[in-house]
Amino acid sequence: MSNKELHALLKLIDSLELSEFKMKEGEFSLSVRTKHYVSTSSAHHAPIAAPMSAPAPIAAAVSAPSVTAESSTTESTEDESKYLAVKSPMVGTFYRSPSPDKPVYIKIGDNISSGDTVCIIEAMKLFNEVESEVTGKIVKVLVEDAQPVEYDQVLFLVDPNA
Amino acid sequence: MFKKILIANRGEIALRIIRTCKEMNIKTVAVYSTADKESLHVRFADEAVCIGPPASAESYLSIPKIMAAVEITNADAIHPGYGFLSENADFAEVCNEYGIKFIGPQASHMRKMGDKVTAKATMIKAGVPVVPGSEGLIKNLEEGEKIATKIGFPVMIKATAGGGGKGMRLVWSVDEFEKGWNEARQEAMACFGNDGIYIEKFVEEPRHIEFQIVGDQFGKVVHLSERDCSIQRRHQKLIEECPSPFMTDDLRERMGAAAVKAGEWIKYEGVGTVEFLVDKHRNFYFMEMNTRIQVEHPVTEEVIDHDLIKEQIKIAAGEPIVGGNYLPVGHAIECRINAEDPFNGFRPSPGKITSFHSSKGHGVRVDTAVYTSYTIPPYYDSMIAKIICRARTREECITKMSRALDEFIIEGIKTTVPFHQKLMKNEKFRSGNFDTSFMNDFDMEE
Repeated sequence: MSNKELHALLKLIDSLELSEFKMKEGEFSLSVRTKHYVSTSSAHHAPIAAPMSAPAPIAAAVSAPSVTAESSTTESTEDESKYLAVKSPMVGTFYRSPSPDKPVYIKIGDNISSGDTVCIIEAMKLFNEVESEVTGKIVKVLVEDAQPVEYDQVLFLVDPNA
Repeated sequence: MFKKILIANRGEIALRIIRTCKEMNIKTVAVYSTADKESLHVRFADEAVCIGPPASAESYLSIPKIMAAVEITNADAIHPGYGFLSENADFAEVCNEYGIKFIGPQASHMRKMGDKVTAKATMIKAGVPVVPGSEGLIKNLEEGEKIATKIGFPVMIKATAGGGGKGMRLVWSVDEFEKGWNEARQEAMACFGNDGIYIEKFVEEPRHIEFQIVGDQFGKVVHLSERDCSIQRRHQKLIEECPSPFMTDDLRERMGAAAVKAGEWIKYEGVGTVEFLVDKHRNFYFMEMNTRIQVEHPVTEEVIDHDLIKEQIKIAAGEPIVGGNYLPVGHAIECRINAEDPFNGFRPSPGKITSFHSSKGHGVRVDTAVYTSYTIPPYYDSMIAKIICRARTREECITKMSRALDEFIIEGIKTTVPFHQKLMKNEKFRSGNFDTSFMNDFDMEE
């Protein structure tokens, strides 16, 4: 499968709002989970088996988020260089709201200032509020609620010029 | 048996552990700092978690970050490797609290043997010979002479506040004692403002010979023979070998028994190393104990034909030791290759490896985590590879190591390969008649 075909396939999966998609063709296999997928355990992600023709990712970190249609690395990489990243300062589990019954701290389109709490990262039963070091508008949320994150992992993209 | 092991380390030992886990069908998790993103241990592990910035204190030494990585990957055991947190009793305890098996000894073992003074006291209780010495400071000349005579000459008169060789006097007989006593005290007072003195037996022409021991969770301890590590520079080992060229069957039996006794006394669990000083008369004295797997473990592996990392994991999983002590078959030598310039005081030489060809062939093993185009980060230690050769005799082993060193090519950085090449040709080294003073007389330029 060529990169173009893969790109088209991912777009199709997104437009159909599938939660999970798997395929195998000869030696090529692909497994995709989208934002509609409800994970039962936080640590077990099916790693994306990259096709032989595309560059293989180094050490697919299981703690990396599942591919969602928005965060696919094959699209919109040209735009992202002008955005600022809010990165995880620690290892743990990412939560978008202070508690399950409360609303999320931030969503796409919100304006944030440096110092605003953007999420919680929990490790060993300790809940840490993560503050943004940048000001601007949230254009992308790269991690799903209750997913594990590692140090320096990009959580949000912020447009400072918005 | 464990399902998933997190390796709380980096470099060649992390890779070493991952390889054995793979053979045992155990999943592996690598942790890494941002400086180690391109490391082999990250690539070889089943999962990898970035835990912090380059500084060790904020990554490999950070207990909370490592435990967080354990949490999100559901690892059920941690292998600490060597260095870093491998002998940190607090870390071992934290693992216990979280129900994660720490692959190594108990925190209590580390505390008993980690501090030299406590370790020595423990060994005395166990009946293991230690360097004889005064129990505290010497009150006056008379007491000094009495104790020195009891210990047996030659003795070292040492300043308790001393360092760098200051405040020390070597005394060969009781007639010389008073002179040494006065001089040592004067020097100590002048240099450190403290003329407190203690006495230790002087170990003549000391050799550093350590014994590998293994203890299971049921109290059984065996030894896997010795490693001679006498060739050191500033207390850093450069080369290790088994058997020791100074060893005899009788000495191995006596030292082995003492090492096992030490392990049994503290009910040691896991692999450990009991270090001894051996004098020219083949008297041996306990020096210290390392409660972890050691850098030079491959030397033992090559002569007793067992995977020590595998044994560690099996013991941690509760398997009992089967069999007895192991005696070496053949001869093995390990050369530690560091990213240092031996022609310029061994100063560190980090940087990018532009070309790398590793030694291979019959009887040659290379444990390394570097590769062509790898950049050695400046944040961690300078060891980049271990070349281990195994042959039937010591002479063949030295010849093989020479050959292996000649084909070990690294470009882009300086390494200590030239030092080892010179060492293999050195008469004193080849004769096997050397002690810990060897490096004092070794000159790279000659």
